[in-house]
Amino acid sequence: MASTTTLPPAPASKSGSRSDERMGRRSPFQKLLGRPEVGALVGAVVLFIFFSLVSSTFLTPSAFSTVLYGSSTIGIMAVGVALLMIGGEFDLSAGVAVISSALTASLFSWYFSTNIWVGVVLALGVSLGIGFINGYILIKTKLPSFIVTLATFLMLTGLNLALTRAVGGSVSSPSIATMDGFASARAIFASSINIAGIEFKNTIFIWIILVAVASWILLRTKVGNWIFAVGGDANAARAVGVPVTKTKIGLFMAVGFCGWILGMHNLFAFDAVQSGEGVGNEFLYIIAAVIGGCLLTGGYGSAVGGAIGAFIFGMANKGIVYAQWNPDWFKFFLGLMLLLATIVNLIVKRRAELK
Amino acid sequence: MNAKQIDQQTLLKDEKDPLTHTPVHLLSLDGVGKHYGNIIALRDVTMAVDNGRVTCVLGDNGAGKSTLIKIIAGLHQHDEGVLHIMGTERKFSSPRDALDAGIATVYQDLAVVPLMPIWRNFFLGSELTTGWGPFKSMDVQKMKDITLAELAAMGIDLRDVEQPIGQLSGGERQCVAIARAVYFGAKVLILDEPTAALGVKQSGVVLRYILQARDRGLGVIFITHNPHHAFPVGDRFLLLKRGKSIGYYDKKDVTLEELTAQMAGGAELAELAHELAELGGHSDVVQEVQAEVAEVAEVAGVSSQRQG
Ligand SMILES: Nc1ncnc2c1ncn2[C@@H]1O[C@H](COP(=O)(O)OP(=O)(O)OP(=O)(O)O)[C@@H](O)[C@H]1O
Ligand SMILES: [Mg+2]
Repeated sequence: MASTTTLPPAPASKSGSRSDERMGRRSPFQKLLGRPEVGALVGAVVLFIFFSLVSSTFLTPSAFSTVLYGSSTIGIMAVGVALLMIGGEFDLSAGVAVISSALTASLFSWYFSTNIWVGVVLALGVSLGIGFINGYILIKTKLPSFIVTLATFLMLTGLNLALTRAVGGSVSSPSIATMDGFASARAIFASSINIAGIEFKNTIFIWIILVAVASWILLRTKVGNWIFAVGGDANAARAVGVPVTKTKIGLFMAVGFCGWILGMHNLFAFDAVQSGEGVGNEFLYIIAAVIGGCLLTGGYGSAVGGAIGAFIFGMANKGIVYAQWNPDWFKFFLGLMLLLATIVNLIVKRRAELK
Repeated sequence: MNAKQIDQQTLLKDEKDPLTHTPVHLLSLDGVGKHYGNIIALRDVTMAVDNGRVTCVLGDNGAGKSTLIKIIAGLHQHDEGVLHIMGTERKFSSPRDALDAGIATVYQDLAVVPLMPIWRNFFLGSELTTGWGPFKSMDVQKMKDITLAELAAMGIDLRDVEQPIGQLSGGERQCVAIARAVYFGAKVLILDEPTAALGVKQSGVVLRYILQARDRGLGVIFITHNPHHAFPVGDRFLLLKRGKSIGYYDKKDVTLEELTAQMAGGAELAELAHELAELGGHSDVVQEVQAEVAEVAEVAGVSSQRQG
């Protein structure tokens, strides 16, 4: 016999279909339980019901719009950070890089008195450049991303403060409200859309589009396959011909791109940026991704999960205000969610690796 | 111990490559060496691989077997000697290079990503796509179907291709890796210790796949430290020890006993038996080793007589 099975011979199934007695039946519900974001989804539903009960205003449309807006400012970054985490890396510079991008756009166009859009495009280049440098150093030195991006985090924090003071003479960038292109840039990055009488910030829609695109890339393109592979086992991926270097650098640049969008929003929502902002936000993005089911060690997770993580963040953040509690409780909530989510992730990973 | 060694110059001198009709080896190494820093992992290794033949590389732990195949697979570059692929000199700079040249490798550690589904692993690095330009997406259904069909053809009946590959047994994973290499049209199939972690039955299955691959016309390089696995399927045997080639034989010129004897090294075995006895080893074990020493000595005696 030319081929034998390595498994105990399964009795030939009478129906001829591929049913297998070893499989057990998996209901759609059980399939759902196997998804990375299921823990976060349950958490989100519980939190939603909880705040609906304790706060009379939480369920009003305008409050909902505010919650979504808060979620989107974290969620936009969480998209890139989740992809990067699935690819096995962190970016601790993501928070300040947002501000670097905003500062680049405002300081450049202010100092050279150009149209705002020149600064905006330059900021895109800077954001992608920061991502590229992070990725390139990581690949070349083989240092952990924790160290590499911690270094860029510190450098960018310093640069933001120092350059803003050197150019504008203050800790805040000068106002660009009266400059050419400000109105059109604000329309793109920081406007509102009125749906049925309720104002929705356009970042909500940008966020949804980014999540959709990232999900499609992750689940339906070969680049998505590579992202899972470089995060799951970079050596194995390289051995079967996956371009590991390009994939990892590309992921850091994707975080840069998300940072650019959020940076532009921060700038055009007002007309100036505080150069010291952004510090600490990198952890919020990472927390959103982890709560959403991305494994810290890489190779597992989803973009939708990161979005749910950001939504949980937004609900907890604003829900506490609507419930008229002391906002001090917010961090406690976040910590608890993080702990629960990581425990769920751990169980998922064990189940996947052990037989 | 003096079985006739292969002379690379005359090996298959008048035979033509059945696929390309050129009088060259599919793959050949000539005096290849490699060092990691100041550690010499491999030196002066010469061997050839041809279509429809199984070349076995034998050696103990640390002999340099994995180093040798990593050079062929493009993971490392050799610093001495030359590597020819169908007559042209090559030095692969990445595994992608080697894959593109038709060299597929099933690694000792399998090169699968445990958390990824079987079908994603099967097509990793060679995904099928449909669509155009930026809207190109993976042909997921087709990839799943092919994975299922290819594995079924190898006699592995899968529960579910969506399962993470980490949940499969060692033997099943091994088979997925082999099926993947064969499916992507490899000309040379390298297997690094595919039977090391397997039970008797699973080893048999893998050995059968090696013969299947050979019969499909692939040139197979089979790496193992077990002569009992190598001998039944191999056509040629390269023996490595401490990074050096200590023998290169054609099947007709060598016996299983001779291979075993050369690999083990009679003197070393005798020393081991002595040591075990000294240390008060279990008498059964000591006797077993002593018996093996006697066997090795006998074979060595026979082969030297035959030579003389
Ligand atoms: N990356 C490396 N850096 C330094 N030394 C190495 C490296 N890889 C292998 N070596 C050394 O080269 C020698 C050959 O190793 P190799 O992995 O090729 O052995 P092997 O024959 O495959 O052994 P095994 O049967 O245990 O798999 C060993 O002494 C090993 O310590
Ligand atoms: Mg080895």
